[in-house]
Amino acid sequence: MGLLSKKDVALIKDPLADDNPITIQVLGICSALAITAELKASIVMAISVVFVLGIGNVVISLMRNIIPSKIRIIVQLTVVATLVIIVDQVLKAYSYELSKTLGAFVGLIITNCIIMGRFEAFALGNGPWRSFLDGIGNAAGYGIILILVGFFRELLGSGTLLGYKVLGDSVEKTGLYALGYENNGFMLLSPMALIVVGIIIWVQRTRNKALIED
Amino acid sequence: MGLKNTLHNLKEKYKGTKMAPAFNAIHTFLYLPNETTHNGTHIKAADDLKRTMNTVIMALVPCLIFGMFNAGYQHHLATGTIEAAEGFFSYSFWSIDNLVVGLWKVLPLIIVSYGVGLVIEFIFAVIKGHEVEEGYLVTGMLVPLIVPIDIPLWMLAVAVAFGVVIGKEVFGGTGMNILNPALTIRAFLFFAYPTWMSGDKVWVHGAVETAGTPDAISGETILGTLAQNQEVSHSIADMFFGFIPGSVGETSTLIILLGALFLIFTKIGSWRIMLSSVLGAIVMGLIFNLTVDSGWITESSKFYGLMSTVWWHHLIIGGFAFGVVFMATDPVTASQTNKGKWIYGFLIGFISILIRVFNPAYPEGVMLAILLMNVFAPTIDHYVVQGNVKKRMKRLKAKTA
Repeated sequence: MGLLSKKDVALIKDPLADDNPITIQVLGICSALAITAELKASIVMAISVVFVLGIGNVVISLMRNIIPSKIRIIVQLTVVATLVIIVDQVLKAYSYELSKTLGAFVGLIITNCIIMGRFEAFALGNGPWRSFLDGIGNAAGYGIILILVGFFRELLGSGTLLGYKVLGDSVEKTGLYALGYENNGFMLLSPMALIVVGIIIWVQRTRNKALIED
Repeated sequence: MGLKNTLHNLKEKYKGTKMAPAFNAIHTFLYLPNETTHNGTHIKAADDLKRTMNTVIMALVPCLIFGMFNAGYQHHLATGTIEAAEGFFSYSFWSIDNLVVGLWKVLPLIIVSYGVGLVIEFIFAVIKGHEVEEGYLVTGMLVPLIVPIDIPLWMLAVAVAFGVVIGKEVFGGTGMNILNPALTIRAFLFFAYPTWMSGDKVWVHGAVETAGTPDAISGETILGTLAQNQEVSHSIADMFFGFIPGSVGETSTLIILLGALFLIFTKIGSWRIMLSSVLGAIVMGLIFNLTVDSGWITESSKFYGLMSTVWWHHLIIGGFAFGVVFMATDPVTASQTNKGKWIYGFLIGFISILIRVFNPAYPEGVMLAILLMNVFAPTIDHYVVQGNVKKRMKRLKAKTA
């Protein structure tokens, strides 16, 4: 048997599409709406959550037999909080501007429903290796949606991608702007993120009818 | 009878094919179909959904025609080529020159609105295999009337696509939508392209192109002027007749009033909603007038201009009248119960004036007020129905006891 059995592959692959935490389980919506106005912030957020959920799942899985079940939520919170503080400090040290953009939302990874959800639903009942794969898979599924939403919101809302002017210069009126195009300010507002997530859910369920509930 | 029979024969021939819904839409728009329902109760009434929609469009046509004249009138007045109109039947308003400018600017808005909207409706009908729904007939007419005259056509097209798909089709099409589609389209434009939907440049044709040049013309709306605590130069008669800058079809309270009477007479629009909205606006206007009279708000306040506006002036400026008559009464998104309609309408009027006064970023509150109350309409209905059930249960208990 190789490094990854078929079941292990499913642990990573399922959350990417057919069991996606955002579009199917509808978890972690709050941060998906709040920080996706820029692609860069979405990518950093995705990486941070992959780190926190991957390590956190392993830690909880290792401790699963010694945590008294009555105080397990507090223990889980302590673990996430520790990891989030590490992420926060690294961001502040190496990319201060970005950490200011993300603001409270790095700290709020602690309350991201996906993380507590995976701890409760998976890490408490499975071994460290499988928990690790599950954590990476779910965080990546979350990240993909974040990056997709961030891509459309930044492109249509600001005409840029990762800060580069893709559609031309809106001030000097070059590129598309010379033809009278204007940025869609609605895209930068959170309600539009909800609508973009909704459209992704719509497309996904149209392609795979099995996902439609009655 | 020739065309009707030909259409009917064609319909039989292509029954069950993919394009049938698109074809049926055109057929039933022109004629009553040759068939009756196959089971259940048979009620024959003159007004099906299409006839209802056509009645509303008939009520809108005067607004549209007035809007065209007004578009040209505002343009020519601002450039200084004509004199200000004296009285409602003044020649300087009802002139061919004005109409030409109006046609040139308004017809493209109508064509884009109907073109984009109906293409999307047809596509959805063909994909889903249901009949084309009539809902867009009225929306398509409302949209050109509630946008600024100089709005770029591509923006209108994007907004119509958004409004029809996200505002209506995702909920299941006509009759299932929570929000009024025409207002969804306007709200989208408002938040997406605020520079084209507010300010003093977009309401009069030509103001955008001449901005910054010596020929620059100002097209500030009355609400915009009041929000900046400045004196309004238009007379009350101008406001009532509609000789003021604003969205295409919303300026003339007089014409809208005629449309309202027509809608009430044909029993298409709910007089309860219209009346209670006006009451709500009057109450809020009076509250603001009282705060000013009592000296709480002085001229130094940034709300002074709008707060000190005499209460009944609120009814004839901005899009309030248009919104209340043609949008709040939309039977799909309004409250269904009679008591609910009173509450729904009252809150629309009340909140409209509240937003108008307190939020200078949104000079016209009626759009947001109606959208907000659209969301609450089912809740209002729920409590009205439950209240009625409770009352009758009590009566039942008293009888049996």
